[in-house]
Amino acid sequence: MADLRINFAGIKSPNPFWLASAPPTNSGAQVHKAFEAGWGGAVWKTIGAPVLNVSNRYGAWHHGRQRMLAINNVELISDRPIEINLREIAEVKREWPDRAVIVSAMVDSKPEAWREIVERIEDTGADGIELNYGCPHGMSERGMGSAIGQVPEYCERITRWVMEAATIPVIMKLTPNITNIVLPARAGVAAGANALSLINTINSIVGVDLDTLELTPSIGGKGGHGGYAGPAVKPIALNMLASLGTDEIVSKSGIPISGMGGIATWQDAAQFLLLGASSLQVCTAVMHYGYRIIEDLCDGLSNWMDEKGFKTIPEVVGHSLHRVSEFKNLDLSYRAVARIDRAKCIKCNLCYVACNDTAHQCIDLISPQGGVVEPSSYDVRSNGKREAVETRPQPQVREPDCVGCRLCYNVCPVDECIAMVEVPSGRSAVTWSELSQDQTPVTEDWEAMKDYRQKVGIDIH
Amino acid sequence: MESALRDPGMALAEQLPPLTAHAAAVEADRCLYCYDAPCTHACPTHIDIPRFIKKIATNNLRGSAATIFASNLLGATCARVCPVQELCEGACVLGADHKPIAIGRLQRFAMDYAREHRSYPIVKAESTGKSIAVIGAGPAGLSCAGELARLGHKATIFEKRQMAGGLSTYGIIALREPVEVALEESRMIESLGVEIKTGIEFGKDVSLAELKRQFDAVVLSGGLGSTPSLGIPGEEIIIDGLEFIEASKTDPANLQVGRNVIVIGAGNTAVDCATIARRLGAERVTMVYRRTDREMTCYEHEYDFGRKEGIEFRFLSQPSRVLLNDGLPAGLECLRVELGPPDASGRPSPQPVAGSEFVLPADQIVKAVGQNKPVLAALLGLETRKGFIAVDSVFQTSVAGVYAIGDCIRVSGAASTVMAVEDGKLAAAAIHRQLVSAPAPLEVS
Repeated sequence: MADLRINFAGIKSPNPFWLASAPPTNSGAQVHKAFEAGWGGAVWKTIGAPVLNVSNRYGAWHHGRQRMLAINNVELISDRPIEINLREIAEVKREWPDRAVIVSAMVDSKPEAWREIVERIEDTGADGIELNYGCPHGMSERGMGSAIGQVPEYCERITRWVMEAATIPVIMKLTPNITNIVLPARAGVAAGANALSLINTINSIVGVDLDTLELTPSIGGKGGHGGYAGPAVKPIALNMLASLGTDEIVSKSGIPISGMGGIATWQDAAQFLLLGASSLQVCTAVMHYGYRIIEDLCDGLSNWMDEKGFKTIPEVVGHSLHRVSEFKNLDLSYRAVARIDRAKCIKCNLCYVACNDTAHQCIDLISPQGGVVEPSSYDVRSNGKREAVETRPQPQVREPDCVGCRLCYNVCPVDECIAMVEVPSGRSAVTWSELSQDQTPVTEDWEAMKDYRQKVGIDIH
Repeated sequence: MESALRDPGMALAEQLPPLTAHAAAVEADRCLYCYDAPCTHACPTHIDIPRFIKKIATNNLRGSAATIFASNLLGATCARVCPVQELCEGACVLGADHKPIAIGRLQRFAMDYAREHRSYPIVKAESTGKSIAVIGAGPAGLSCAGELARLGHKATIFEKRQMAGGLSTYGIIALREPVEVALEESRMIESLGVEIKTGIEFGKDVSLAELKRQFDAVVLSGGLGSTPSLGIPGEEIIIDGLEFIEASKTDPANLQVGRNVIVIGAGNTAVDCATIARRLGAERVTMVYRRTDREMTCYEHEYDFGRKEGIEFRFLSQPSRVLLNDGLPAGLECLRVELGPPDASGRPSPQPVAGSEFVLPADQIVKAVGQNKPVLAALLGLETRKGFIAVDSVFQTSVAGVYAIGDCIRVSGAASTVMAVEDGKLAAAAIHRQLVSAPAPLEVS
């Protein structure tokens, strides 16, 4: 069985799964319950400046009957008195010495305020501190949260104040509401932070109520942007994580990264590990289903690691980073075409309409007799299941015309029905980078491009 | 349960409850939204099924109902009575290794919304000044008249019964379609500008000659004739199946049901009769059929339904005599049957075995053995085909300007509501072309 233990910047936990700083870690009773369920660690809901909260603070994005593919919130940092939080943190840590207890903090941008909160957190016996530079709503209007995270210089300055005071590991948490995630990460490295974490929530408006015409959720008739999180943000988080892992400065520094943003299953978790996260944080999925999901997160990850031959988490971390590339380095001669498995195809013909309306018009409908037919070409008097089923045409890819766009593969509702099959292009491998270096005119002039295409045999239909 | 069985209203209440909004949305989301969908092909009226289902998913119920009405004005009846297993749902791509979408239930959901909100089609076509007489207010006639109205024509339906709806009102058991649904559907057709004159019998109160003088075209949609005679002694005591069903719909409280009931026949109507008897308190209901379950004409799902209702089946038995006791039925004498070579219907011919008489006790006997061919053809001197009114590809009979649709022309294929509706729609388009010499639009909203 795989060893799931981690040592993240000196913070140890029996598995890589921590509850993110959020409502699930609002109190000692909750974190206690979470640890009983098996969570490896918890980042306490941010403590710091005094706040008051509002009602209707969580919105959600649903798709079809799938609930809460993302949550959106305007909840602020902990609204419980700081003394109570600190006391409960100390109690929980005393009771659960093997679990990671990290405290998220956010105070006014003054050195003395940060020094004081660091000292008070250290007094609890907590394992680490996470700097909340990401909260995009409310706190940012007061010059905290993402107001810091969006300005790399501020990140660096405040983190330096913290590093001067702290004796336990410090994790700097990044906001995704920024054009280039690498810059604040480098600031963290420069300031000497022990670790980074990302992503915090994304600015968002969930929707407008079509009866009342108010925003959803409506807070006394008004609303505004809130922090967006949950399964829907995972691809954004993975990209930002990979951006750090492939940045020379950040990756060379060796700074560990705690990954979060839409982790709901062990599959998500494994992907974050493969792209360089060495601890994982979870919130929305827990808010949807409760602490119990930790069981399959660990169990599934462990089984997958066994199957793949990974013995420890560090073996997995960053394993796929070398696959991350830029467009200019992709092989322009790599060719794949879609192939539909006739036996698996249920003839929903969604691939047909997607390809013909919006992609490259290379899927035909083939009648049972073998000829190409148009949609709805049956007689108006034809009816009944037998005629409908027995005369139903089947989609088939015209492979020479297929550009390998992969749209049909994505819309097909049947597992493993459409495969993207590599086929020889007959051209030698070449990247855009190489082209622009060796054959510059081809990349700058359409006529030269035309000649080049003719020469190597690229036909755009 | 015992009291529910005794209360005819409860016992025969619509069997399937309406889908809840949540259940409908969940089911609608399950639909893949196939392109050029096989369910639409399988539907005789070619309702754009994925389209109406996706509109349920987006809570656009008015649009959903309009999508159904665009292809089928009798969507409320069809949602309830269509053999969906043989049609749309039978063709669903999810059926192979999953569960087909509950298309019938979803259609009913949209149609219930339309009924509750009076969200019905609105006629926008300019009046053509043409008028058409339609004989019979069953599904074919209602569909045809409604479609003609949508095309701008004045349609008048002549119906011999007191209520419109034909078999929807009188012949479909309430378990599947309550009377009120059929009547409301007729009212919807009237709201399109169709006039329905009930209590007027064609051939008696009004003649073809008169109608031909007064109208630009005449459409015959009178359905089939009476139940055929079995030709056995004591037959006069046997109850006609369609009348039995009619009574269960129009006057269930006074419907007399025996304790030990025999239903002769094995079609869908026979199963319906047996179901009514069972639900209204018969202790034992036996369906008697001269062939076997392989040759039964009822749908497979009807047979399954009947068995679950506790109906017993006596195959390979041919009724030969009704036994009476003080003028009341006491039993049905039958002969054992052996199956011989295929007959004209293509099914093995039943061959009664001489001397094999046996008696099935019964205190009530109902027969549901199909319906006679339409008598109208002979009366009007129309050409026939296998006893049905002969029509050409545009539903015109051998007499110019006289059209026929529905069960009265159904030489082959299943006689069903949805086929009748499609006949009505296609005939209306043909009549329109004929009368205005312009092609009818493919789709009318």
